[in-house]
Amino acid sequence: MQATRLIPFLSLAGLLSLWVVAAVLTDDIQILPKPWQLGPLFLQEASSGELWTHLFATIVRVLWAFGLAMTLGTILGLVMGRSARTNAWLDPWLVVFLNLPALVLIVLCYLWIGLTEAAAITAVTLNKVPNVAVVIREGARALDPDLDAMARVYRMSWRAQMQHVIFPQLAPFIAAAARSGVAVIWKIVLVVEFLGRSSGIGFQIHLYFQLFDVAMVLVYAFSFICVMLLVEWLLLQPFERHARRWRDA
Amino acid sequence: MIRVDITSKRFAGIPVLGAIRFEIAPGETLALVGPSGVGKSTLLRILAGIDAAFDGRIERPDSLAFVFQEPTLLPWRSVLQNVLLPHPQLSPQRAREMLAQSGLEGKDDLFPRQLSLGQQRRLSLARAFAGAPDLLIMDEPFVSLDEDTADRMLTLTEELIARHRPATLFVTHDMREADRLADRILRLDARADGARLA
Repeated sequence: MQATRLIPFLSLAGLLSLWVVAAVLTDDIQILPKPWQLGPLFLQEASSGELWTHLFATIVRVLWAFGLAMTLGTILGLVMGRSARTNAWLDPWLVVFLNLPALVLIVLCYLWIGLTEAAAITAVTLNKVPNVAVVIREGARALDPDLDAMARVYRMSWRAQMQHVIFPQLAPFIAAAARSGVAVIWKIVLVVEFLGRSSGIGFQIHLYFQLFDVAMVLVYAFSFICVMLLVEWLLLQPFERHARRWRDA
Repeated sequence: MIRVDITSKRFAGIPVLGAIRFEIAPGETLALVGPSGVGKSTLLRILAGIDAAFDGRIERPDSLAFVFQEPTLLPWRSVLQNVLLPHPQLSPQRAREMLAQSGLEGKDDLFPRQLSLGQQRRLSLARAFAGAPDLLIMDEPFVSLDEDTADRMLTLTEELIARHRPATLFVTHDMREADRLADRILRLDARADGARLA
């Protein structure tokens, strides 16, 4: 048990060692700085306030896009999983949007809506909705028909059915969609910021890309990775534990 | 009075039930027997309003309860919540009394999977009776229980029916169960144009 808990740390230490070896071999901060060379740069960006400004801008966009994509994708997936007719109508759309490159949607949103916050969030949301819908649709197809019948016989209200019958069954699918969703969304947000915003981690990466400053690119990228790890540990994992506590009882 | 008047019920064009007519008086208990696969559960689902795709007419009260073949509980909600959620008008105190009557005293906070199958079936019964239904429908409620547990469940069901007096229709393969619980026994026989009452 103790050894199992250590494995993730050992695994990360292995990755860090690889980085150190590669940095020592290249021996050029312009190409690959050593991990400890990022510390002073991180402190410099944090104390100037630049890091927090851009981090906050990206987090707000991720939250908006994540909330919208999860809400719309869950509704769409649930309706498609419960109604064969609706699924027949909407499935071809889903396939089209699933196979539409993220970059195309981002460029189209910027062209049609303009270089605005709304366009950025719409582009990210539209990129993620189909993935969420596909996962939730599978969950909706796996809903227990006997529990449906029970809820109908006892005339449970729509709200009670959703809260106590449907969503608990969908919880593992929602957790899976949320986990993959949040990981993909922040990457797309960076592309959106890279292409058309004047704030955010993506904008800063664009800036330091033009200056060929690998160290600063890594500082901003790792800052957001740290945020995402906190989201995983403080939000997603506790939610999953709460949702499956009846299984562990 | 509950009135069942089914003309026909088909699955993918194949007749399952033919013309079936019967009535259940308030407080009366009817057993429905017949060979496996003849359509007994289908008839119960039609009576409960779960299956609306049939030709005919059903007169039933609004207040009904269904005890399924499997306990069909919400595994992610506690024992107490499993009784309360289908009956939001019920007080927690009344729900606890119902659990106590069903031999589940002190189990309020457990999850269903922490109960034995026999206890899960008791919980299913407690949930059914908690709403004081005018019509109780049970689909082989004692199946796959060992003899002792089935006998205790039968006694509990007898007591609850005697106390609450709902009109009851239940399916069974066991004639002893039918004789013990039922005022009348209906037999469903297979026919080429759909099952009918003997």
